[in-house]
Amino acid sequence: MPSLDRRRFLWGTTALGATAVLAGCTSNEAPQAGASNAAVAGASGANSQPGKAVTIGFSAPAADHGWMAAMTKNAKAQAGQFSDVTLKATEGTNDVNQQIAQVETLINDKVDVLVILPFDGKALTEVGRQATDAGIQVVNVDRIFDTPLAYRAWIGGDNYRMGVNAGNYIAAQMKAKNISSPVIGEVAGIDSLPLTQERSKGFKDALARAGFSVGPRVSAQFTPESGEQQTANLLQGASKLDALWNHDDDQGIGVLAAIDGAGRKDFIMVGGAGSRNMMNLIKADSGVVKATVLYSPSMASSAIALARMLGQAKGIGDLAEHEIPALITTYSAVVSKENVDSYLDVGFDS
Amino acid sequence: MTSKSSTPVLATGTDDPTPPPRQRERPRRGGFPVDVRLAGLVGVLLLLCLVGYITRPDGFLTEANISTMLRLAAAIGVVSVGMTFVIISGGIDLSVGSIVALSSVWMTTLATQSYGPVVMVLCGLLVGLACGLVNGLLISYGKIVPFIATLAMYASARGLAERLSGRRTQVVSETGFTTFFRGAFLGIPVLIWMLALVFAVGWVLLNRTNFGRRTLAVGGNAEAARLAGIDVKRHTALVYGIAGLCCGIAAIMVVARTTSGASTNGLFYELDAIAAVVIGGTLLTGGRGSLIGTLVGVLIFTVLNSIFTQNNLDTDIQNIAKGVIIVAAVLLQSTKLRRRIRKT
Repeated sequence: MPSLDRRRFLWGTTALGATAVLAGCTSNEAPQAGASNAAVAGASGANSQPGKAVTIGFSAPAADHGWMAAMTKNAKAQAGQFSDVTLKATEGTNDVNQQIAQVETLINDKVDVLVILPFDGKALTEVGRQATDAGIQVVNVDRIFDTPLAYRAWIGGDNYRMGVNAGNYIAAQMKAKNISSPVIGEVAGIDSLPLTQERSKGFKDALARAGFSVGPRVSAQFTPESGEQQTANLLQGASKLDALWNHDDDQGIGVLAAIDGAGRKDFIMVGGAGSRNMMNLIKADSGVVKATVLYSPSMASSAIALARMLGQAKGIGDLAEHEIPALITTYSAVVSKENVDSYLDVGFDS
Repeated sequence: MTSKSSTPVLATGTDDPTPPPRQRERPRRGGFPVDVRLAGLVGVLLLLCLVGYITRPDGFLTEANISTMLRLAAAIGVVSVGMTFVIISGGIDLSVGSIVALSSVWMTTLATQSYGPVVMVLCGLLVGLACGLVNGLLISYGKIVPFIATLAMYASARGLAERLSGRRTQVVSETGFTTFFRGAFLGIPVLIWMLALVFAVGWVLLNRTNFGRRTLAVGGNAEAARLAGIDVKRHTALVYGIAGLCCGIAAIMVVARTTSGASTNGLFYELDAIAAVVIGGTLLTGGRGSLIGTLVGVLIFTVLNSIFTQNNLDTDIQNIAKGVIIVAAVLLQSTKLRRRIRKT
């Protein structure tokens, strides 16, 4: 028995020690506090003066990747910027029924304006209409509802133009380098999503205008791991490659790991979405990453700003319109070494 | 356990506690059907390699591509080793992908990275082992069926991974870790060495030790194994611990490959691992299995992926091919089994 007791004691101590070690490894706090890095709209002009108090309800999917996390973070930061805005944000969810329930709760709370980034635009259309019918102005973000009856204003990104601008940038670079028939690769996101199809179509169309075409193409899952796996295979299949467009900077970390693992430096890479990580690499200009095409989560900040103006019945200062426009499509700018400094503020942490 | 054919053979062994599982297993492994199936599986793999070579003579069977394929097979291969043990013992583990995610996140937090590469590795292994043991304890002592217990772990481990990482991708800035695990030893990538080592250790453990024989016995007929003097509960807990440890090793590999830890790592590993184990000839009901079959199963899927990418084909066709291979392998397995039962 004593030997058994000793064994138990030893195992118990080991387990406790291991637990203590593991518990000490959970922190993600940086040693020195980093600067706040949310993109917020400028606080100048007549509209920035405090006005009528507005309560804004906010509902978005779960922040399960860098871009989506930045959307929620930006919305909250922007709301914090206004002294006249009270933000009621619900916990992000990828369950459509849950999100519908959350929006219904916000309607019952009688918020003044609703900002909804639906997990699925079609599925949330009905509750958007309910809100509109209840006299609440709805700002629909990015994933659009089925009918304008469900929203007062929509703001979102432009997937097709993202592809177009990536294609145009790469075509210009190839022409500048006098490469007559370049091999241009593409690492897409989840192929079954319409947004991926639009990005790819824009890319293909833009390259076709320049007389080029898309060569090796793979589709990843918007995760670093799938990006690494697909790119490793793509690079094996493409012994000659002049340019590569990766749809998404979150999966781009894996794409870069694969390029690094294969020891390839013979082509230029363009990213997508605009993460801080990619922007830093563009700025450093020491590797294959030369540019990224924005699909910026700063649209969430703008959505809150729009919601406030709707609540206060204001228009956008520099436009002749008295009202907030119904549709606002953000521009997918190309961020390259030349202009990266002016875009670092909208870069998000992947 | 519902396993039919193995019960009578095992029951004869109860008068002699230790060797019965071995007596039961030995004639079968040397026996004809196993070899035919394994040969068939290797044939499929060679056929795929041939297709790859014909369609891309310049790019497929190159040293670089073989190395890439094996590196990509490494993580899922190691997870499949653990899964083979679990399935042979008559269980199932749906939580492997989530454990890989949790381990990869835990070992790449800023705090862990600040302690250096050794602590990162230990942390990954410990988290995997701990999750596996929790699975095992819930199943053996908590009497929760494996499907449910590991389903709970499947949900909560990824949840905890998301919590720890704040759903961010945690980039590894610890260069010691990346230099070592992304490097090569004797011209062969470290990841491939690790895969080979895990398979070798797993093979010896399964085929040459009491532990392996007990695993087969527990999976064949748990009650008979208990009567034969095996501590079935403890053994079951340990088997899930091994599966968890394998997930920890796989997490190290994934972190090395992607230079980052993320809660999205290891997505669908459970399905890929179960598929590889099943087409490798391990019975889902437990009691019989082959690690070499599992390895070939993993390689078949990796080669398939490479062929499709090299020829720039859509992934949808690849998924269809994957499904066809799984069904074909299982059909082959069940007809073999039926024939053997009829014979005995």
